[in-house]
Amino acid sequence: MAMNGKFTRRALLAAAPALLLAAIVAAPVSAADKTLKIGVLGVMSGPAASWGLVNKYSAEATAQMYNDKGGVKIGNDTYKIEIVSIDDKNDPKLAVSGAERLTKQEGIKYIIGPNVDTTAASIVPVIEAAGAMNFPYAFSKELYTKPHGNSILGMVASYQAGPLIYKYMKDNKGVKSIAFVARNESDALNQRDEGVKAAKELGLQVVSSTDTYEPGTTDFFPVLSKIVKGKPDLLVLSGVAPADAPLLIKSARELGFKGQISTETAQDAKVLREVAGDKADGFVSVGGASTPAIRSAYMEEFAKRYAKVAGEWNDEAGTKVYALEIILATLQKNPKAVNDVAEYKKTVDGGFGVPNAFLKDKATLKYVGTKYFGQPRQIGVPVVVNAYSKGEFQTVFVGTVAD
Amino acid sequence: MNQMLVNGIVLGTIYALIALGLTLIFSIMRVVNFAHGQMYMLGGFIVYYGTVVYGLNYFVALLLAIVLVAAIGALFEIFLFRRVLRIAKREENSMLLAVGTALLLENLALVAFGEKQRGVPPVVEGVFEIGDAYLPASRLLVMGMAALMIVGLLLFVQYTRPGRALRAIAQDKEVTYLQGVNINRMSVLGFALGAALAGAAGGLLVTVFAVNAGMGTAVSVKAFLMVMIGGAGVTAGAILGAFALGFAEAIGYEIFPGSLTYLIIFVAIIVFLAIRPQGIMGRTS
Repeated sequence: MAMNGKFTRRALLAAAPALLLAAIVAAPVSAADKTLKIGVLGVMSGPAASWGLVNKYSAEATAQMYNDKGGVKIGNDTYKIEIVSIDDKNDPKLAVSGAERLTKQEGIKYIIGPNVDTTAASIVPVIEAAGAMNFPYAFSKELYTKPHGNSILGMVASYQAGPLIYKYMKDNKGVKSIAFVARNESDALNQRDEGVKAAKELGLQVVSSTDTYEPGTTDFFPVLSKIVKGKPDLLVLSGVAPADAPLLIKSARELGFKGQISTETAQDAKVLREVAGDKADGFVSVGGASTPAIRSAYMEEFAKRYAKVAGEWNDEAGTKVYALEIILATLQKNPKAVNDVAEYKKTVDGGFGVPNAFLKDKATLKYVGTKYFGQPRQIGVPVVVNAYSKGEFQTVFVGTVAD
Repeated sequence: MNQMLVNGIVLGTIYALIALGLTLIFSIMRVVNFAHGQMYMLGGFIVYYGTVVYGLNYFVALLLAIVLVAAIGALFEIFLFRRVLRIAKREENSMLLAVGTALLLENLALVAFGEKQRGVPPVVEGVFEIGDAYLPASRLLVMGMAALMIVGLLLFVQYTRPGRALRAIAQDKEVTYLQGVNINRMSVLGFALGAALAGAAGGLLVTVFAVNAGMGTAVSVKAFLMVMIGGAGVTAGAILGAFALGFAEAIGYEIFPGSLTYLIIFVAIIVFLAIRPQGIMGRTS
């Protein structure tokens, strides 16, 4: 036995290099050998957790769909997609350490997120120094304006959707006066200020624009009592988190408010149904490719996969489905960009676009934003405006963001 | 004016139920239970799953929430706090443990219940108009039930044997022990009762304010504020602190721009605590 054992070990040792060489020669350089890591950085805990988690689940769902088909082909290589997620808790310090980990330790070049202005602004130096790019869901124009160029806005900004919604309300619902209530955070306050500006430009009478509530508020009666007394035709919930919107709507209705209510952020129909019920009927918000009336078969497939990943569908994902898809499409267009964001920017600046796979109707998914930022640093997500009715969203109209 | 008054009374009553549990645990164990808000959150989720997902009667689900959260509180006391309080030389250890349990519950809830806000249909519908003020029937019901629970707790600690034992421990643990009171058993009861109050508040308020996995910290912070205003460990102080905060919010939001309300509240609390660090009804030592 001992002799046999020695012989076996010796034989194996001798054969090892040959076996290794044979394995290397025999194995094709194929799909499974390369991995494309994509980062997701955002708030994934606390009251605003859904903002970052929906980003994470959307990226994971898209990655699974590609990986199930063998990966994504970029140039001559096929990559498995790996999503690396970090919770920044909406804290700039954690966002910076998260961005450093993603770019330096993980070597990631493309990061989806963060979700708010403060965290998005805090990681700009890290992203630029590391030669990476990120796709924030924060609306501050400075992030996307020169001298910065490594951040691309992932969705429709409030100052793009707001004027369209107010105009629709003015033209179709007879809205003449407007009031704003905002979460007391820089993002929401900026959104409110942009909203006030847009409303004034449309000739609407601004009844109230200084009322805010603290993050974590659950009882909105005291906040809304004063606003409702002003009897505005339209109440705008600026920068409202999905957890706050139904409570604000419910409180406003219970205080006797009869006017219209809208927001420029994405919401979820199930949350509205459970928390606000019929009181949310008529509530207008920004959606994505979420309503059945406008979604393509590919979007249906995504929604099913998303539900599998997250446990249930969330309408917010309709606005966050686009980021990874356009990153991959851009890399496919210019494979050098996999490791070089200068190449990525070259493709973006060259007017790259692909058919929008998530909508039934023909549309192009491209980089826009030159009108707002002086350079194309925004994903041209369609401006889908939804109205809530009887437990679900109905698409009111679909607009586009100016190039 | 009427609406401000209604808002203040409703907020004060609801806040009192939340603050009482925190002050009860503090009075018996000298532990600031930072997981109080998370226990409130668990109460809300248990009622949500009981009624919306499993179709239980609301009141059965509420009872279940109270019992289950009380059991979690008791387990925390037996397996975590008792040992740490026995062997730790510094107060910070129990505080860190409390923070740890809060984070544990919050993250478990996020994994188990997801990121979405969950709501339970109101048990009663309709809105009462009192002069120019509005009071939804659901809030009135919650306020009434919260008031009943508060009265029930006060009667329990005032007139029952275990209640008197809890008060005695709050006053002097060693003397109470020498009187033959089983301190360990009473500590479990106190922690469970404090947790049950948080669970009851969460279970009641889920019909009005809904629930999400991340809401615990904000609830704990408010409860902590109320207890500090009223005086840590004093039952009547917690109720007073709750109404002080409730009315401060109601009046503040009516008079000042929203962003100033909590700024003013915090400044007022800082000034107040600088003058009277033990709170309205707290003892100096």
